[in-house]
Amino acid sequence: MLLIHCPYCEEERPELEFRHAGEAHIARPADIASISDEDFAQYFFYRDNPKGLTFERWRHIHGCARFFNAVRDTVSDKFVTTYKTGEPKPDLAEAANENKPQAKKGRGSK
Amino acid sequence: MTTAGTNRIAGKGRLTPANTVRFTFDGKSYTGLEGDTLAAALIANDVHLVGRSFKYHRPRGILSAGPEEPSALVGVRRDAARQTPNIRATVQEIHDGLDAVSQNRWPSLAFDIGAVNDIGSPLFSAGFYYKTFMWPKVAWKHVYEPVIRNAAGLGTAPEEPDPDHYAGRYAHCDVLVIGGGAAGLSAALAAAESGAQVILCDEKPSFGGALWFEEEARLDGMDGYEWAQQTTDRLAVMDNVRVLSRTTAFGYYAQNFVGLVERVTDHLAAPEADMPRERLWQVRAKRVIIAAGAIERHMVFANNDRPGIMLAAAARTYLNHHGVAVGRKVGVYTANDSAYAAAIDLKKAGSDIPAIVDIRDNPDSVVVEEAKALGIRVLTGHAVTGAGGKLRVASMSVEPKNGGSAEVIPVDALLMSAGWTPSVHMFSQSRGKVAWDEESQRFLPGTYAQDCVSVGACNGTDGLAETVAEALDAGERAAKEARAKAKKSGVKIKTEGGGKWAGGMIGAGPGAGAGKVVKAFVDYQNDVTAKDIRLAVQEGMHSIEHVKRFTTNGMATDQGKLSNLHGLAIAAEALDRPIPKVGLTTFRPPYTPTTFGAIVNHARGKLFDPMRCTPMHASEEAAGAVFEDVGQWKRAWYYPRPGEDMHAAVNRECRTVREVAGMFDATTLGKIEVIGPDAAKFLDLLYTNPFMKLGVGKLRYGIMCREDGFIYDDGVVGRIAEDRFHVTTTTGGAPRVMNHMEDYLQTEFPDLKVWLTSTSEQWAVIAVQGPKSREIIAPFVEGIDLSSEAFPHMSMAEGKVCGVPARVFRMSFTGEAGFEINVPADYGRMVWDTLHEHGKPMGMCLYGTETMHVLRAEKGYIIVGQDTDGTVTPHDAGLSWAVGKKKTDFVGIRGLMRPDIVAKGRRQLVGLKVKDGRTVLEEGAQIVADPKQAVPMTMIGWVSSSYWSENCGRPIAMALVEDGFERMGDTLYVPMPDRVIEVEVTNTVFFDEEGGRLHG
Repeated sequence: MLLIHCPYCEEERPELEFRHAGEAHIARPADIASISDEDFAQYFFYRDNPKGLTFERWRHIHGCARFFNAVRDTVSDKFVTTYKTGEPKPDLAEAANENKPQAKKGRGSK
Repeated sequence: MTTAGTNRIAGKGRLTPANTVRFTFDGKSYTGLEGDTLAAALIANDVHLVGRSFKYHRPRGILSAGPEEPSALVGVRRDAARQTPNIRATVQEIHDGLDAVSQNRWPSLAFDIGAVNDIGSPLFSAGFYYKTFMWPKVAWKHVYEPVIRNAAGLGTAPEEPDPDHYAGRYAHCDVLVIGGGAAGLSAALAAAESGAQVILCDEKPSFGGALWFEEEARLDGMDGYEWAQQTTDRLAVMDNVRVLSRTTAFGYYAQNFVGLVERVTDHLAAPEADMPRERLWQVRAKRVIIAAGAIERHMVFANNDRPGIMLAAAARTYLNHHGVAVGRKVGVYTANDSAYAAAIDLKKAGSDIPAIVDIRDNPDSVVVEEAKALGIRVLTGHAVTGAGGKLRVASMSVEPKNGGSAEVIPVDALLMSAGWTPSVHMFSQSRGKVAWDEESQRFLPGTYAQDCVSVGACNGTDGLAETVAEALDAGERAAKEARAKAKKSGVKIKTEGGGKWAGGMIGAGPGAGAGKVVKAFVDYQNDVTAKDIRLAVQEGMHSIEHVKRFTTNGMATDQGKLSNLHGLAIAAEALDRPIPKVGLTTFRPPYTPTTFGAIVNHARGKLFDPMRCTPMHASEEAAGAVFEDVGQWKRAWYYPRPGEDMHAAVNRECRTVREVAGMFDATTLGKIEVIGPDAAKFLDLLYTNPFMKLGVGKLRYGIMCREDGFIYDDGVVGRIAEDRFHVTTTTGGAPRVMNHMEDYLQTEFPDLKVWLTSTSEQWAVIAVQGPKSREIIAPFVEGIDLSSEAFPHMSMAEGKVCGVPARVFRMSFTGEAGFEINVPADYGRMVWDTLHEHGKPMGMCLYGTETMHVLRAEKGYIIVGQDTDGTVTPHDAGLSWAVGKKKTDFVGIRGLMRPDIVAKGRRQLVGLKVKDGRTVLEEGAQIVADPKQAVPMTMIGWVSSSYWSENCGRPIAMALVEDGFERMGDTLYVPMPDRVIEVEVTNTVFFDEEGGRLHG
């Protein structure tokens, strides 16, 4: 079970308290009624499916009930960072450095 | 000779001779000692033959003294329901009355018909099943598969439900130490004395690990095993330490989440009834110290599976811990020093050691000299090329390893050691990457992925002093990393002795047979031989993952404990590639077999899923309701009277509601209180309908769409005040509608001043419907004028009902004049009972969900999820009137303009009139325009709702049909397996089309 840091509660809580809520940073167009079919398709249907870091929304549904954003590595399943709704995308170069200390080497890797 | 077995050596071992235990194996009674495993007690009684192998039904004995055991699998039964198959005899502790049986044999263990597979074994080589039984195809299902299934598998599962219960605990700690040998105990002690919260677990009944057999090791001046017990006692009394024996760490998951299973009662003769059989520990540790030790490997040679052939350290465990000599004439075959210690121990205990056969040319260490000094014949540069005997090993054939004449040496047991494989299972499960160490020819922890560290033998650390030093350092370091206030532990442990087991080989020895019909087992449990691995390579399996799947090497419970390295080395040799290039298969949880009981734990029976009952449930039950499951809810389905079946009951309920009145429990509806200055604006955005102008005290039916324009939910919204709404949702939709609303409120419209509160559980809802509904409730209503003029259809008011605060809605899901009374949940039953008592003499009935479905269908009211399927727009459902034409924005506004949504050919909701006037269509049945067309026919729609309508005197149905609105009056067809049913397309209102009854 993953531990997820809720940026509102400011603590790590077990995955069971959370629910995934799709890709992050997709804003509903303010003039949605007048956008083109292509723009609507982009907004509603198309999603990234990256191997590596992904921006996604989570909801602390069995906690504070807030939606927030997270950066997660789809390969290792590790959360790089979480942040509040409305905050800009974090600088990943910086976040990656902060969260990826040099992997510890064991006896076998001389 | 003692009473506890002919092979028990007086003065040897740590068990108390007076503490005897009676148990049975295959119906025969034996005596063992308290502290024995089943394997130890059987060997003490000179029983080596304990089972038959999986594929060839070869006689099998006891190979090991631990959880890596692949052969000695038995069934253990306490009673009819408590029968556990495939228990490792090397793990099961004996207790008085233990009843164990051998498996996979018929009619008896000594004479097994299935052993014919062994003779026919050239037929059953690797990939046998893939290549055979391909023809004729039909024979697979009816002939081959049933026969194979019958013959396959080892033990038999019990047929009764498991009567035991299993406990579960969550635990958090600074440092989790996996394994309680010298390394684990040292690490735990250092961490604990540094002030860290420590959990220490070991799979055995007592701590010590290799100290169980390693008699020469001394710590702090005392016997190693004794030190382990004293250290355990010291740890157990510390407040910051939890010591768990008989507890296996079986799975290592993300973020240092480790699953442990503690076996609580399997070793007890008469466990107390309230004790759990096992306890699942879900541990979240800041740091994990893996001290899992190493597993001794067998030698790969012909017939290396004969009973009596076992790992050298296992024989030491049986001798030094249990006081049992595994044989009187014990041969030894080794590629490593550790087997010498076994030979020396047995020799000193009185067994004859005819020869130590060492495949190495010049083994050079103290133990070799010691063996020679004891007069043991040491044959270096030699190999055992075969074993004689069938039900028990009788001899070993010894040859110079590079060829020469063979000598047959009689033995009654044969010990082997090919070296030690570091147990990197937990490290690998943590997603750490192992690395090949060329010098010591083993895989060691390479790159770590989590906050853990390996110490001791599982880290490739050789020698007791080195192990203890490494473990103390790791324990102290882990405590410091986990806890800012950790202090210096000050723990020092003095060590003496303890072997450094140099040497070892991987792969097959001479005589393991490339082309010959020879069985040199690599994986005992799956009956995989060296030849099978070579064959797999020959047949084109060039990746170790393919070799594994083709041969099943290392599968099932082995998970790479014994077979991995040998299999890998043989494959690498056949491929002519270095081992690291061939790779290693993945270690997967569980480390050892784990019961479903422990994993499922409390979540079974009534605790599997919550059951939700409304406050009126008991009254409904008393009234004879039959309940149906709606999600987690129990809902009254219908109320049969004596002699009525469901059909009769529903017909009566339907008639009574329309003729008199009926009362219905609508509590399960989702309810959301929407409050705030922008509440109306918010609902205007979330629903297709306009809400800004809805008057206070008025109700409006609302449709909620997703952005794509498809119906997501529906319900009635009441305006209680300018800034306060009472919103209802479908029963099943309650949580997702709340989530949907919160999502938009928090992330898209965060500037709106609105607060949402789920009130589904707070209100009990009682619907009273029918011509007499007003008359029935009126005497109990205070503060609300119920007359049609003051309180018309689609109004709401707050007042009191039966003296308690209530929100009364004048609304209808039946087409009759009716009321939905919301009262605080705790008063629900009182109000229900009061109204029932009053209404019953007036002819009112209780009705359930089935009648509710029929009545609403008579009126053409849709049920979201039944008449819609996530691809239906409000227009498709005939609800265009509910979409605000003047609105400039709402969720779904743009979706409803999509080309495919406005195009022709959409499936639209229509009514169907069955022409014969009596056939009730099947819900889900497909509809075609021309029943004579060729199959497969073009299907133009499907039946979404269908009932017998007592009030209409005929069947009614709704269906989603392509361009349905343009087909009014057309004849369509519903093809069924036995006939074609003719239907006419109608509108969806079957009863009281003008709607006059609503306003009565």
